[in-house]
Amino acid sequence: MTAKTLDLRSLLLPLVGISTVLAIWTLLSQHVSPDLPSPWKTWEESKPYVTRPFFKDGEMNQGIGRFAFLSLVRVAKGFGIAVLLGTPLGFLLGLSPFFRKAFDPVIQVMRPISPLAWLPLGMVIFQRSEPAALFTIALCAMWPTVVNTAVGVRSINPDYLNVGRVLNLSRATMLSKIIVPATLPYVFTGFRLSLGLAWLVIVASEMLTGSPGIGGFLWQEYNSLVYSHILLSIITIGLIGFALDRLMGVVERRVQTV
Amino acid sequence: MAFLTLDGVTKSYPTPQGRHTVLRRIDLIVGEGELVAVIGASGSGKTTLVSIIAGLVAPDGGTVRLDGAPVTGPGPDRGMIFQNYSLLPWLTVEENVQLAVDAVAAARSSDWRRIRARHFVDLVGLAAAAHKRPRELSGGMRQRVAVARGLATEPRLLLLDEPLSALDALTRATLQSELARILATERRTAILVTNDIDEAVLLADRIVTIGGRDGAVIGRSIAVDLPRPRERRGLSRRPEYQRIRRALMDQLGNAHGEAA
Repeated sequence: MTAKTLDLRSLLLPLVGISTVLAIWTLLSQHVSPDLPSPWKTWEESKPYVTRPFFKDGEMNQGIGRFAFLSLVRVAKGFGIAVLLGTPLGFLLGLSPFFRKAFDPVIQVMRPISPLAWLPLGMVIFQRSEPAALFTIALCAMWPTVVNTAVGVRSINPDYLNVGRVLNLSRATMLSKIIVPATLPYVFTGFRLSLGLAWLVIVASEMLTGSPGIGGFLWQEYNSLVYSHILLSIITIGLIGFALDRLMGVVERRVQTV
Repeated sequence: MAFLTLDGVTKSYPTPQGRHTVLRRIDLIVGEGELVAVIGASGSGKTTLVSIIAGLVAPDGGTVRLDGAPVTGPGPDRGMIFQNYSLLPWLTVEENVQLAVDAVAAARSSDWRRIRARHFVDLVGLAAAAHKRPRELSGGMRQRVAVARGLATEPRLLLLDEPLSALDALTRATLQSELARILATERRTAILVTNDIDEAVLLADRIVTIGGRDGAVIGRSIAVDLPRPRERRGLSRRPEYQRIRRALMDQLGNAHGEAA
C-alpha cells in the first residue's frame, strides 16, 4: 500500500461518516419528525449567519462568528479562573498530605455537580448573569486541572526528588526546578480536559442566563421556533470544541516532549 | 585516619512474609582520599548501603559518621552519582550541573558559578553538548553528565551507585577508563558500588565484598596493589589481577553460601 492511497482513505473515510449522519438526519426529518428541518433546509435558513458571520442586528441576532466569539471570550475568562485556582490547588493537594486529607472529600463531592445546579447558586451569589456564568464555568471546569496536577505531583519520579534532597535544595528551588517542571505534562493534560469542560458548560450557562453567545442563540431560536438555527448552533459548538481540543493537544504535546 | 565509619548498620524492610533484612550489622571504615569498591550481586543490598551513607534512607540501627559527625540526612557534602543517572530531563547538560553548583555556592557571584559549572562539563568532555537536553544524549554521555553533577558540589565523599551498569559493554569499558582519569584529577574519597570485578580493580584502592543470604554482611577487604594509571588492556593477564579476582570470587561464593 502506498502513502497516497492511505492519504486518500484518510480523506474519504471521514466523508463516509459525515454522509451517514446526514442520511440519518434526512430520514428523521422526512419520516419521523416533521418539525426537524432537513440538512438542506438548515443550510438555506442558516446561510446569512454563516456567510456573513460577523453581522450584528441586535443583541440576539448576530452572525454565528460573532456569537462564537462572545462564547469563546466567556469560556476564556471562566477557563482562566479555573486554571488560576485549580493549578495551585492541585499542587497543594499533591504536596501536602494534611491538605489532601482535609480537602479531598469536599472536592470529590463537588466534582460531579452539574453546571445546571451551580448556575442558580451563582445567580443568588452574584445577582447578575455574567459573573454567575463565569462562576459556573470555573467551578465545573476546574476539577480536571486540580486532579491531574495532584496526581502529577504524586507521581514524580522519586529519583528526581532524591537529586534535590542530596543537593539540599531549598523548598523554593525544589518547587521551581524539580516539582513544577516534573508535573507540567500532567498539568497540561488537566488544562486540555478543563477547556473541554468549560466549552461544554458554556452552552448550559448561556441558555439559563440568556446571555448573547452560541448557547444563548440556540435557546432563543428554540423559543422562536427557528429550529434550523438550533442545528446550526449545535454544529458550530461541535466544530469549535473539536478545534479547541486539538489546539490544546498541540500545546500539551509540546510540553510533554520537553 | 578513619574518614567514613559505618558501625553496625542494619536495615530491614517489612514484607507480607515478615521483615526482610537487607543489611546485617555492616561495619566499614574508609580512609580519607581512599577509593573503596563495594562489590556484590544484584539485590545484595548495595544500593541500600549507599543510600544510607547518602542519608536518603535511615538505618534501623547502627551509625554512619563522616569525619566524626553522624549522618542524619542527605547533604551536598556527599555527592551521589545515581545508577540511572537521574538527570532532570527539562534542564540542559549545563543546567543540570549548574543546579548542583548553585546549591553549594549560593554565596558566590553568578559568573563564578557559571564558570564553575562549565569547568565540570568540560572535565567530562561534554563541552560540545552543554546545551543539549538529556534525551538527546547517548547513555554514556548521560552518565558523564551525572558524574559532572556529582563532582560539581565538590563533595567530601563521592558515592557511585553502579554508575556504569546501564551501559552496553563497549561504552562501559570506555567510561571506566574515563572515570579512572577523572577520579585521578579530582582525587577524593569515594565509594564505588558495582557488580563488575574489572571495574572495581581498575578504579579502587581497596575492594570489599557484600552479600549474604539473610541480610548482607561485608567481607574481608582486598587491597588492589596495582600502580596507577591502570591500563585496561593487559590488566587481566597480570598475576595481581588474577589473585584479586580469585579472592573476590571465593568471598562472593562464600557469601552466597556456595562452595568456593
